[in-house]
Amino acid sequence: MEIQTLERILAEHPFFEGLETYCTNLLVGCASNVRFEAGKRILREGEEANAFYVIRQGRVAIEIAYPQQKPIVVDTVTEGEILGWSWLLPPYTWRFNARAETSTLAIALDGKCLRTKCEENHDLGYELLKRFSLIMNRRLDATRMQLLDVYATR
Amino acid sequence: MPRVEPDAMVPEPWAVQRVVKETPDTFTLALKPTNGGQGGFQPGQFSMLWVFGVGELPISISGDPADSGSLTYTVRSVGPATQALVSRAEGQSLGVRGPFGTGWPVDVAEGKDVIVVAGGIGLAPLRPVIYHVLRNRDRYGRLVVLYGARSPRDMLYRKELALWARQKDTQVLSTVDYGGVSWRGRVGVVTSLFKYVRLQSARTTAMVCGPEIMMRMVARELAARGVSPNDLYLSIERNMKCGVGFCGHCQWGPHFICKDGPVFPYARIAPLLDRYEL
Amino acid sequence: MAERLQATLAPDGIDKLIRALTGRGYQVLGPTVRDGAIVYDKIEGADDLPRGWTDDQGPGRYRLKERPDGAFFGYGNGPQTWKKYLHPPELRLFAADRQDGLFHILDSTSPPGPPMAFVGVRACELAAVGIQDRALLEGKFRDSGYGSRRDRAFIVAVQCTQAAATCFCASMRTGPEGTNPEVRAKADLTLTEVVNADSHWFLAEAGSKRGREVLAGLDGQPATEEAIQLARSAVESAAAQQVRHMETGGIHDLLYQNFEHPRWDEIAARCLSCGNCTMVCPTCFCTNVEDVSDVTGNHAERWRRWDSCFTMSFSYIHGGSVRTSAKARFRQWMTHKLASWSDQFGTTGCVGCGRCIAWCPVGIDLTEEAQALRGVVNDGNTNS
Repeated sequence: MEIQTLERILAEHPFFEGLETYCTNLLVGCASNVRFEAGKRILREGEEANAFYVIRQGRVAIEIAYPQQKPIVVDTVTEGEILGWSWLLPPYTWRFNARAETSTLAIALDGKCLRTKCEENHDLGYELLKRFSLIMNRRLDATRMQLLDVYATR
Repeated sequence: MPRVEPDAMVPEPWAVQRVVKETPDTFTLALKPTNGGQGGFQPGQFSMLWVFGVGELPISISGDPADSGSLTYTVRSVGPATQALVSRAEGQSLGVRGPFGTGWPVDVAEGKDVIVVAGGIGLAPLRPVIYHVLRNRDRYGRLVVLYGARSPRDMLYRKELALWARQKDTQVLSTVDYGGVSWRGRVGVVTSLFKYVRLQSARTTAMVCGPEIMMRMVARELAARGVSPNDLYLSIERNMKCGVGFCGHCQWGPHFICKDGPVFPYARIAPLLDRYEL
Repeated sequence: MAERLQATLAPDGIDKLIRALTGRGYQVLGPTVRDGAIVYDKIEGADDLPRGWTDDQGPGRYRLKERPDGAFFGYGNGPQTWKKYLHPPELRLFAADRQDGLFHILDSTSPPGPPMAFVGVRACELAAVGIQDRALLEGKFRDSGYGSRRDRAFIVAVQCTQAAATCFCASMRTGPEGTNPEVRAKADLTLTEVVNADSHWFLAEAGSKRGREVLAGLDGQPATEEAIQLARSAVESAAAQQVRHMETGGIHDLLYQNFEHPRWDEIAARCLSCGNCTMVCPTCFCTNVEDVSDVTGNHAERWRRWDSCFTMSFSYIHGGSVRTSAKARFRQWMTHKLASWSDQFGTTGCVGCGRCIAWCPVGIDLTEEAQALRGVVNDGNTNS
């Protein structure tokens, strides 16, 4: 019952659109439902990156630890978005912290398991890399905009 | 027939009625006429505000267009002239010329959904639109307000944003570029808010105001989501000395921002936005 | 005495004309020699005119030379234009006094002074006045000060019977005959000077009621057909003498479509951004507004002054100027003059007077640059 629901969710999610059925099946095999309470840490900087998340509900803050003060939030990820791609690229460790701002529902995909499958099946690997590159590209654009600090006085 | 304005260059004295500090560097001034002047204006228009002996600046009117008894401006202090402006005390006078310029298309937008996208101080010239739509609620479809600020302490009109969010068929979303340590809201560029909005692009009028880079990005995003360039409006800023099309300073390509603008449909100006040092 | 539309005048008629205008209460302004140039200033009689002078002009070059025939108006043009009087370089907009944080505007109307009479207005200048009329009187707002100076001004036009090497009014259709009446200010009187070995006389044509009235008092003779023909051919020869041409076909699109043309960089390497071109151009009208106050700080004035798009501060908004490079500023000026102006005001902004060519310290030639943008590089002889 649960696997059917996950399958439908993944198949209907825009991120996975266009994937061959066997790819979606592979992903479903690595997927599980997860829930995070508000304030719970999801990812920790420096730890092994073994998963990525499709956020179904709630908001996750991506933050950087800052000496002598509380961590600084540099981005927020929410419903429909993908959290985490460090599982895909060496050294497979998280570079930021992520914390659930609000109570958060997500689908967790087992990154380690997926990495193996991508090495075995390069078509799957290419399809995933294409999609993650798009996300990184958009994030890079947005980050550059934030870097410009357009609202500041000069 | 051309309008005869013999005193278009001579200001009327208005008195500062109230000064409200919005953020560490931004203040809202409410002015009352002293010589029997009228406060009427179109949302999106600006006045030339003169500080006695110091200088004059174009400032967008940020108040309620239905209130003809006063004029309100939200000013960010970025230099000596704006600093002089925001330092006015209650009772002191400021010179007012105007209102000048083209306004937001609140008439053309009737019957449609209205999406207002503001960046930083750009929310100030858009606030009259929000007031107008909320005051005439049944003439418009959904109202969506997307607001991006630099950081939480740079956000304008926070109480009003919360109030507007509670209105019928009204969605208000904000985000900051820099969250700091205690912000629990969204962090990211204003275009990241689009994913929360269900746009019915065929029946939407979009009005965008903020730094030019931000407006370019937002316009592209809106166009990609199907909003027609004729239904998408930007407010452009340039150096102004006279406000009435004579000094030549505000020219941008063939347009005088003071009289052909500041509000333009994207269709008319899209190619100009990409021209460096135009 | 019958009012005459066309008459011929002897050379002494010019002095009579100036005095007649003075007698009618006009401040008469006209060309005179000063500091090695022909400039506009108050004139009291024909002796103040640059009789027997002509000019030798080229890119970055202006010299006065004597001419043997004693012509009154035998020169091309000088560094000044009539905007000096119609759109003054300095103008007080208003004054105000302050007390206890409140200010009030002092009566801002200063007495207007006597009406002006301009003697020696060339075809290119008539066109320029017409173009400025469009910009300053017929837009969304009206410069009423300009309007009143303009209405009261008596214009004595002088037809050109020769061309300076920098002139290209014929290709701009603003002169010498001025085939574009839409942008031509009306002259109250038009003079054509005909001078040769055996004669020196003027054809005088009235263009208005007050022009007719003045002409009637000048002891002229009714103009014969022959005189009119001689005058016309003299003007035609001025057109034939022009060596510079602006190819105006498609110039609007040429400039708009070549925003990134490499020629702009080439010009920028030469242009000093000195702004001379904007100062001598008869149509440039950009101004700046300045605040001044007295020592007590209780009296303030706002003044309007000529400005130039070549200054760094012209396009300054908080954070910096929009046009920081000389390239951007030259491109702005040339594009405005030849292209955007027509979108804004329905006319060209350039009258082909060539002043910008002569008074540019490095001799940048608008006609040559327009050709370069078309991809036509000058082979180096006709346009120098």
